[in-house]
Amino acid sequence: EDLRVDGRGCEDYRCAEVETDVVSNTSGSARVKLVETDILVGIKAEMGTPKLEKPDEGYLEFFVDCSSNSPELEGRGGEELGTDIANTLYRVFSCENSVDLKSLCINPKEHCWVLYVDVLLLECGGNIFDAISIAVKAALFNTRIPKVRVLEDEEGTKEIELSDDPYDCIRLSVDEVPCIVTLSKIGYRHVVDATLQEEACSLASLLISVTSKGAITSMKKVGKGSLDPESIFEMMETGQRVGKSLHIALQKILDEEERLGTSRPKVGFLG
Amino acid sequence: MAAVTMRLPAVRAPLDSSTPRGGEKHLVAPGDTITTDTGYMRGHGTYVEDDKLIASVAGVVERVNKLVCVRALKARYNGEIGDIVVGRITEVQQKRWKVETNSRLDSVLLLSSINLPGGELRRKSAEDELAMRDYLQEGDLISAEVQSIFSDGAVSLHTRSLKYGKLAQGVLVQVSPSLVKRQKTHFHDLPCGASVILGNNGFIWIYPTPEQKDDEAGGYSTNLEPVPLSDREVISRLRNCIVALVTHKMMLFDTSILYCYEASLPHQIKDILKPEVTEEVVLETRQRLLDLEG
Repeated sequence: EDLRVDGRGCEDYRCAEVETDVVSNTSGSARVKLVETDILVGIKAEMGTPKLEKPDEGYLEFFVDCSSNSPELEGRGGEELGTDIANTLYRVFSCENSVDLKSLCINPKEHCWVLYVDVLLLECGGNIFDAISIAVKAALFNTRIPKVRVLEDEEGTKEIELSDDPYDCIRLSVDEVPCIVTLSKIGYRHVVDATLQEEACSLASLLISVTSKGAITSMKKVGKGSLDPESIFEMMETGQRVGKSLHIALQKILDEEERLGTSRPKVGFLG
Repeated sequence: MAAVTMRLPAVRAPLDSSTPRGGEKHLVAPGDTITTDTGYMRGHGTYVEDDKLIASVAGVVERVNKLVCVRALKARYNGEIGDIVVGRITEVQQKRWKVETNSRLDSVLLLSSINLPGGELRRKSAEDELAMRDYLQEGDLISAEVQSIFSDGAVSLHTRSLKYGKLAQGVLVQVSPSLVKRQKTHFHDLPCGASVILGNNGFIWIYPTPEQKDDEAGGYSTNLEPVPLSDREVISRLRNCIVALVTHKMMLFDTSILYCYEASLPHQIKDILKPEVTEEVVLETRQRLLDLEG
């Protein structure tokens, strides 16, 4: 009958707060707060050599840290969860068009931009994958990579010159960046954005990464229960619908934040 | 249709606190000096350094003659005899159950302190010991009363009345124990159609009001029929109201929950958790409570 414990429908998200540019010494950052779930993402752009099989593209590296969560996740405890989330992110972004990697190339086979995406789980209150993907998309939108020029010497040695203007930078297009929608199966129905208690009741969940146009880029099943193929189709359809509205809402907020620019009072962590 | 709301964070100014009733409260933070007078005995939450009495927890200073102690605002539940608690069974041991009640040590429910199904009163035999798991399993929720406190601080519970026992369908809300007001009775049947058990340990159980009181059951029959939608809506609304009151650190008792429920009726259930709606509802509740006091 579409009524959950906190009054939401099965496809409703909790109220999310998104803020970008919270960490000053990164190329891009974002913080997402989904009531109790708190995620901080920082992106640093560094120069590196391209991978051998893709010499004219840059790449992304993900690292997830969940040690600030609870005592059992301190130190090595949170490593398993962290690598799990990082692998999921690699898979989600493995799709060819999600990020325009060719624009990250400076010199084919020699230099390229590597985007180190660091995810910090500040508080875990259910539905971390969705919050992480929203934060990563917001941080990518906020990332500003400085423009570089390659100067060639007579001997053939290449020099890289960074432009002096701090505002002269390239931005990434996040239209194709997918967002993860987690659908948890509870009983006979499935719900979006499960709280901690709902996650404890669900035996199986489906993680679907959806782009803003509704295309599904990857799918992963988690949990020890089993899913019926029929319900998987239903969940995929729900995921597409919810994913599209998620992207619309997120893009609206990011555009509004961009429009407000410096006139918006920064909240950061002191609010 | 999915509803996704996103917003930019805004600094929320704390709601104006009404004039303190009962005089000024002496609030301290860890490290604050309470007094430099050496004539006082130090109680819980304080320590002495350089002839000064300093607070070690954040809370309210309480003074009884020469004893000064600081009662923390956010602390684990400290059991007192006669309190009603709602707890979850974590272990089934030889002659007792271990119950989790948000306190420093797990509470204990002895086999000799429960009512057997059917209301029989007899000595518990060895067969009863073996059949313990049939009555209460790990993960069950119970409502009980504190019978006594062990020397290490662990609380001993009993369910020797028909109003205590295993809890059936409902919603549990976990709050800080200091927010539950001490009252004569903690079992309330709210006129909006649901019942509430306000556990002193901060566990609040909201459940649909049972149609008739079955006294023969002795508190062990679990009604697992689907709850009708109207009852579920009332329960969800109550749960959101309690969460709203807790975020604004208001005391929880039946009148405050009821006023909050009535103030939230014009809004949709899921909107109550939005920050601005929460503020509005809590302000109205606070106003009505002040009017009630006169």
